This record gives sequence, structure tokens and C-alpha cells, in this order.
Amino acid sequence: MVTEAKIMENKRDARKVLLDINDLHVWFELRRFGFGRAGYVKAVDGVTFVVHSGETIAVVGESGCGKSSLMKTILGLYKPTSGKVVFDDKDLSELDSKGMHWYHSHVGYVQQDPYGALPPFMNVQKILGEPLIVGGVKNKEERMQRIRKSMEEVKLSPVDDFLLKYPHMLSGGQQQRVVIARAMIMEPRFLVADEPVSMLDASVRVEILKLLRGLQESHNLSVIYITHDLSTVSYFSERIFVMYAGNLVEKANVRQVIDNPLHPYTMALLTGTSEPDARNAETFKQIPPGEPPSLVNPPTGCRFHPRCPKFMPGICDVKEPPDFEPEPGHMVKCWLYDK
Amino acid sequence: MNNLKHSFREILRYPSAVLGLSIIFLLVVIAIYTVIKIPYNTAINLWRGGEEVWYQNPKFAPPAWINFFLSKKLPVSFVVDTANHTMTKTVTPGAQGTGTVDISYAFDFTFDDYPQEMFLYFTTKFIQKQPFVSIMWLTPDGRKIRIDDLGVSEQLTFPFSQDKRLLQRLNGANPMQALFEDPKTNAIVKGKYQLQIIGTTFEPGSDIDAQFVFQGQVFGLAGTDYARRDLVLPLLWGTPVALAFGLIASLGTLVLTMIIAAVGTWYGGWVDELIQRITEINLVLPFLSILVMVGTFYSRSIWVILGVTVLLSIFTGSIKSYRAIFLQVKESMYIEAARAYGASDFRIIFQYLIPRMIPLLIPGLVSSVPSFVFLEASLAVLGLGDPVLPTWGKIINDADANGALYKGYYYWILEPAALLMITGFGFAMLGFALDRVFNPRLRDM
Amino acid sequence: MAQNNKLLRIEELVLYFKTTHGPVQAVDGVNFELDSNRAVVILGESGCGKSSLAKAILRLLPRNAGQYSGRVYLDGKDIMLLNDEEFRQNIRWAAISMVPQAAMNALNPVIRVGEQVSEPALVHLGVDKAEAISLVKKMFQHVGVPEDFIGRYPFELSGGMRQRVAIAMALVTSPNLIILDEPTSALDVLTQANIFNVLKRLKKELGVSFILITHDIATSSELADDVAVMYAGQIVEMSDAYRFFDKPLHPYSQKLMASVPRLHATAEPEFITGRPPSLIDLPKGCRFADRCPSRFEKCIQDPPVIEKDGRKVKCWLYA
Repeated sequence: MVTEAKIMENKRDARKVLLDINDLHVWFELRRFGFGRAGYVKAVDGVTFVVHSGETIAVVGESGCGKSSLMKTILGLYKPTSGKVVFDDKDLSELDSKGMHWYHSHVGYVQQDPYGALPPFMNVQKILGEPLIVGGVKNKEERMQRIRKSMEEVKLSPVDDFLLKYPHMLSGGQQQRVVIARAMIMEPRFLVADEPVSMLDASVRVEILKLLRGLQESHNLSVIYITHDLSTVSYFSERIFVMYAGNLVEKANVRQVIDNPLHPYTMALLTGTSEPDARNAETFKQIPPGEPPSLVNPPTGCRFHPRCPKFMPGICDVKEPPDFEPEPGHMVKCWLYDK
Repeated sequence: MNNLKHSFREILRYPSAVLGLSIIFLLVVIAIYTVIKIPYNTAINLWRGGEEVWYQNPKFAPPAWINFFLSKKLPVSFVVDTANHTMTKTVTPGAQGTGTVDISYAFDFTFDDYPQEMFLYFTTKFIQKQPFVSIMWLTPDGRKIRIDDLGVSEQLTFPFSQDKRLLQRLNGANPMQALFEDPKTNAIVKGKYQLQIIGTTFEPGSDIDAQFVFQGQVFGLAGTDYARRDLVLPLLWGTPVALAFGLIASLGTLVLTMIIAAVGTWYGGWVDELIQRITEINLVLPFLSILVMVGTFYSRSIWVILGVTVLLSIFTGSIKSYRAIFLQVKESMYIEAARAYGASDFRIIFQYLIPRMIPLLIPGLVSSVPSFVFLEASLAVLGLGDPVLPTWGKIINDADANGALYKGYYYWILEPAALLMITGFGFAMLGFALDRVFNPRLRDM
Repeated sequence: MAQNNKLLRIEELVLYFKTTHGPVQAVDGVNFELDSNRAVVILGESGCGKSSLAKAILRLLPRNAGQYSGRVYLDGKDIMLLNDEEFRQNIRWAAISMVPQAAMNALNPVIRVGEQVSEPALVHLGVDKAEAISLVKKMFQHVGVPEDFIGRYPFELSGGMRQRVAIAMALVTSPNLIILDEPTSALDVLTQANIFNVLKRLKKELGVSFILITHDIATSSELADDVAVMYAGQIVEMSDAYRFFDKPLHPYSQKLMASVPRLHATAEPEFITGRPPSLIDLPKGCRFADRCPSRFEKCIQDPPVIEKDGRKVKCWLYA
């Protein structure tokens, strides 16, 4: 498992760049019957960021912002339309099927719906065995050992009680633990967690998030944590990327984003996030009206401008803003910060 | 495994399932028993055998138990033999190496109709001098009719109704009638009849054995056909053939359809399109006609027919409905997860898609067995059955060729038809129950 | 609080379900009150019986309903005494209506939304089609749906819009009380905030009262005037919102509050070990005892409801 030597080695690796996403575009062609102009759903439209070893980043955005497509491209399930995804200095687009196989065993995927993520006709032992078999672990004893280890790590003990159970016999929290165990079983370098707790009960959420954090620390995992619930990010991430309509509109450390949000959309998200406070019932939240734009025909210029309270005509609707860096390590895609 | 046990218990809650399972179980037992008791080669030989095999049976005879329902009782066939001591034989040695062999058989004749034929088959042992027999017939009303006196060679067949001297003695009357009638009233005399054979041997060690064959109007459990063959043979042997054909065709079709549907759905694109087009063309083609063509021009062997049946049955409407289900399952989250940890397409199809489908397909599997059983029978009726095997369809085919319905030999058609129906019924009942047990899972999806 | 201010008073409401494993005691002697033009939040996790409570109030009983008893006073009159037909005509959707869980997914996909929203009006108010449509337009205004959406089908609307349509449907008969079951659990942050803005406006402008059923403590504070915490079929704490969010009394409420992740965190959130009891196999005594950090000998007995400065709590610690 995690030995002293491994921890020392991990610390040395700590700030190595693990994942490098450069100007990634993922467009899906819209099929139309017959001929005629089919458009593109521009789910990811120019995304650039870097993830270091052992780092947790949160990608925050509402539904329809393209975060699912971004995540699936990182997982290798979609092919980029343009741009690069580089993992451990290997460009994914240059990998052959063997290479992609290698990549898949280094990435773990934790899904949103714990019940849907588990095949209903397999028991826990078989579910956890599958990635091992696919990953080439031929020895049956070795597989059992790793399965047991994984289950202990996610606190599904006593292990023997759970091995033969089917998903419908487990609670939501237990199912999600199995999903996490499955993601961890090949000892990946990083995890992609897509809203891992949004379908769980409030009190179970904290448990699972703590578990993820514990695993991240002990294995020096990088985690890409996708969510729309800002209140959990401060426990579980170092950096936050805010996504809107296919772009990353703000990139910063957690504290920077929460204490000093720069992009109007980020500010809206923070305003919209509730804390348990009885005074909330007396005030109306000031949030922008309208809804996220269509990814087929996004607005010209800055995509948030139709809803933005700080809209500057002639500037925001004309040209897409580049990344500005008003304070170190804090990027924001907004003309307000153009010096 | 637990799933299976649980499902099994569920199934048993339905009376239709219990009934269906019992019928199928019975059929399977019969099939196994038949194949063991009457192995393939024996069965074929018997079925193809001619008079030498079936000589003891009457022709076109309904089953013996039909007398239960008739007011006019028909005579039941029987065979007795001195060799197995069903007919009494007494040997009395005489002077100078001669001997008297007394053979007699007494039987009750309480029927309202005449037998078809009576035979005596003599087997004798001698060196130079043939033995001599004198055949007498004793009626219940005390008349003693002299049948014939003749010398007997090593193997002699004595047909009662063809013996010239008997015919003369009876003034040309049909012996089968005359021997059982009162000469004055021409009414059948019922009672104890006795056949007496007084044989004389002229050498020491010489012997006479006789077999008395009484060909009544009814025979055995299932009756006989035009070739005097006991219908029990093809009825029994038809069971394993029907079951095997039905199950193999059904299972083979299902497995192949499922695999092809899964592959097409998973890969999409031109593979999927190709499969759909093939299916659509195949739906238009006339199934039975093609089988008839294959049977007529190529081969009627049951394996060839089975193969072509399965091939033509794969690309049918089932592919479309399986495809619909696969398309849904393909979008499941756990399939996505499998792709994320690098499972190959092959693995996903066989370990994830197909296992999901199997519970849904089992009712269909069971319910389609009857149609394949009927198909095999239909082909046989059309004259395209396997030329060698005794099957239910073959019985109907023979019956039809001999005008059974015109001549009133209903049993000949009803017996195989009944078995076909029972088989169909059994599988259908089980299929209905299975459908009700496995269907809820469809809603879960 | 004077008797006549009470819009709703529930006494010893009980609803059990019959199952092959025994009765599910989903609602096990619930008592609470609600004033006019106020919102009460029923806070609880899955399996505590809160959705069943909504069904019990509106008499939406499934086929396997077992024991169903208690008194529900609406404006002073016990509606449990009405027969089913009277209940359906006068209470359900006339006086009390509901936005059920995942209502936005329960809209009929082949009927235009305007028509769907007008249905309760046509049935309960007996108005003609034209009047019903004008009512729908008014409701859409209240909930913030553009008027031209009347002719659209549900699939043409986003999740947030569909939820507003569902609220409009509950509103169209001008009931005094609306029960909302997890109205925003599947929605994004901004959409959620918008829906709560709508609810707040309805409360302010139309004087509607709300029963909000949710497990999300943070968003519940957006609407709550009073809070009732439900655990294993019973109400374990009832209080006004201010004092509740400031300082919950019941150990379960305290643990719940401590498990909420916050933007500006001062401490790590905690989670509650163990799982809630099954509603079929309830323990004797206090139902939270096996997970409670403060349990002591008295807890083997079912605690009474203790009143403390106008707050109610079902816990021996306050006896």
C-alpha cells in the first residue's frame, strides 16, 4: 500500500505537471436529415489548464456549461476536435490503442449516480475484479488481495460481508464507496469525480468527501472534482476553475475565489449558494436572470454578456476576452480587468 | 446463482408454469428412455424393416384400447409361440423314434368382428423325414373344423385364409369369417375357441415348433400403419427428435441473434446499417418456400434443415427489438465506466450488454420452441422430412399419403397431432409464466 | 399564539404502510402547527418519512396504506373527518396543493404546458377555458415564466422553467397552503436561487403559506420561518428559524447542522456515523439513541416532547 518510501517519493514528485490541457476544443457535429447546414455543439471551446501531481482542482459550473464533455475527453472517452491533452508528457492523440489502454488504467472515474454506475447483475467482488482483469492482472490471488485492500480503504468492512452483495442490496453511501473502490483499484495517478456526492443524503456527503480527501492524501492523487455546489469546494480542492458555456472564465485558488471573486458569473454563483442562516428568508438573492446559452450558437464576444450586471456595450459583445491575471495565480476572462 | 434459485421459486408460484414444466419433464423422460431403450440404429432398422420385421401386426389397426369406447368390440391381435411357452406343447415319444407333438392354444373370442388374418409359422427340426401336422379348430358351440393336414418343412408359413383345401372345405367362404360364425345363422359365435395341432415326428430328435399369429383389427398401444409398423416406435422416437430440433433451433437462433444484435448496436455505423438491411430483406423472403427448395434440391437431412432454419431465423424482427433494448442499455452509466477503465469492445458486449439481456430473453426462448417443433413436423408432412428418421411429422405424412382421413383411420393422425399439441402446450405454458416472472425487470430499465 | 391564527394544526398524525415484512411506520404520531402566511420546513434525510407526511396531509394514500389516523385542523376544522369525495373537492388542490418531488419530470410530455396548468382550475374552480388561460397567464407572471411559453411542450423548457410551471400548477387554484417536496434538489445553484426568489415573492405578494420538505439545510433557510426536524417518523424538534439556525437543540439537529459544508468554513464538517433505523424495525426508546453522542440511561425510554421558550424538542436532555 502506501509505504514510507512511497510517501517520500510522492513528495518529490509533488509539483510535477501531471495533466496539461492546451486550447482544448471538443465540438460535436449536429446531424441533420438530408443536406443543409448542420451546426456544431461547441461543448468545450478553448480550455487551457494544468493539473499537478497530488493537486485537487474543482471544475465548477452549471448544467450545459460543457463540464461533462470536458471530463469525458480527459477520461479518453471523447476525442478532442482540436487542442492537446497531455498526460505525463504523453500526448493522448498520439497514443495507439495499447497506449490508450495504459492511460485508462491510470485514471479513475467516480460517477454521479452510484446505482447506475454499478452493473446490477454483478456482485461487489466481480465489479471490483473487472478493472483488474481488463488491466491485465491475471493472477486470481493477486486480484483478491487488491480487491480486499481497496475495500478496506473505502471502509467497506468487514470485507467478507460485502463481497457477494449485489448493488441493490447496498445503501447509496455504500454504493458510492464501491464506485470509489473501483476507481482506485488500479492505483491510478488521478481521479475524475463527477458530482460524486450530489445524489447522496446530506449527512453521507461529508463522509464520502472526507473519504476522497483521505485517499487523495495517502495516495498523492490528483483529483478533478466536478461540481455545481460551491460550498463543498473549500474542503476538497486547492484550485477552482469556473466554467461557463464551454470556457473557463476564472481560475484561482479556493480562497481567492471565495473571498475575492472577480468574474461576475463567479460572483453570481457565490451569491446563489446558500448557507444555513435564518436571515436568508427575508432577502431576495440578486442573481442574473436568464439561463446559460446554447452551445450551438453562443453569444458573440463574452458569452456571459446577455446576463451580466456589469455589461459594457461595445466591448463585451464584440470580442471574446482573453485571460487576464489581476493578481498572481488568479486568471479571469473578463474585460473588466483589462488594464 | 442466487438469482436463479430465487427466480425458480418465483416461477413455481404460477400453476401454468408447474403444468408446463411437468409436461416438458415428462417429454424429456420419454425422450431419454426412448434413446436408451431403442438406440438409433435399432430404431432406423425397425422403421425401415419390411414384412419380416412387422409380419405379426395387422395393417391399419387402431390401438387396442379403442375397444373401451366401442360398442362393437374389435378383435385384439396376439401372438403365441411354443418357443416361449405361451402356447402349450407336449411331446410324447412313440415307437421306433417317432413322436407325437401336441400343440394347442385356447383363447376367448368375445368380439363383434372378424380378425384380419391368422397365421401359423412352423419351425421344424429333422434330418430326412419331415414331420407331419394336423390342424384342428374347435368352436365354443362344439363344432370341430378340420383346417388342414400337411407336411412341414424346416420353415413353413401357413396362412389360414389362403389355404386351398380349407377354402374348399368351407365352400369358398372367407375362413376368417367362417371359422368364427355359426354356419346356419352367420352370426358370430362368442366363447372359447381352441386351436389344436397334432404333429407327428418320424425321427428321434425331430421337433416341431409353432407360432400362432392372430392379426385382429386392433393392436397394441398406438395401432399400426400401412406397413404393419407399430406406431409406438415413431411416436416414441419422434419425442427426442422434436425436442432436440425445437431446443437447438430455438437456442441457436437466440444466441446468434443476440450476438449479432449486440455487435451491430455497439459498433453502430455501417455494421449496424448492414445488419438492419439484411434483416429487412430476410423478413420479406418466404421462409417455408426456401426450406422446401433446400429440401427438394439439396438435401433433406435433418441437420441441413436445422441449419438453414436457424440461419433464416436469426435475421428477423427479434433483431430489431433486441437492438432497441441494447441501444438503451448501451447508454448506461456502468457501460461508460467500463469504457473508462479500458474494457475492450468485445468484453463490453459479452460481459456487460449480453448478461443484462439474458433474463429478458429467456421467456422468448421457451415460447419459440413449439414453433420450431411444428416447423419440423410441417416439413415432414410436406414430404420434406428427414427420409430416415421416424418422426411425428412422418407419421402424419404417411397417413395423408394413405388417405387416412378418407378411410377413417383417425388414430393415425390424431396420435402424432396430440403429441405435437401437448408439446406446444407445455412450452407455451412455461413461456407465459416465465414472461410474467422476468418481465418486471423490463420496467426497471 | 391564538387559536384562530393557526392555518394548520396537526395532531398525532399516523400513517403506516402494509408490506410483506411488516408495517412501515412512516409517520408515527406527528404534531405541528403552522400560522398563516408562514413557511415551515420539514427537515430530514431520506427514509425519515417526510414525503409520507406530505401524502398523509393530502390523503394521497397508496394501495397498501395501513393505519391512518390523527387530526388535521385546517382553519380550525378537522379535515380528517371529511369523506373522500368532499376531501377531493374542497381540500385537495382547492385549499392545499402540492408540488411533488421531481415534479418537473412529471409533466405530461404530450400536452402543452399551458393546458396542463389550466387543468386544476378547470376541475376545481369550474371556470371555462378562456378564464382558465387568463389565470394561467397570471400564474406564469407570478412564477416568472414568459407568457409565450403557454403553447410549448415540456421538453422545450429547461429544468428550472419546468419546475416553475409545476409551481404555477399548484398555485392556479389559489390555495392557502402549498406543500413542496424537494423542489430544487435536481437544479443548479442559480436556478435554485431563482426558484426560491419566486417562492419568497409568492409568500410576500399572495400570502401563501408553505410546507417545504427537504434534506438540504442550507437552502431551507431561504424560506423557513419555522423548522421541524423529522427523524424515523417523528418530529424531534420544532422551532422558529432564527433560534434553530443559531442554536439547534436536539442532538440530531446539531449533528445535521455540523455536517453542512460552508463556503466560509471555520471547522471541518462532521458526519453522523451509522444509519437511520428502518421504519419497519424501530427501536424501543429514543430512536436516535444508538447514534447520539449524548445518550444516557434515560434514553432507553421514548422521550416526551418538552416545550422550552416556545420551542419543542423530543429529548431527555431537556427534561
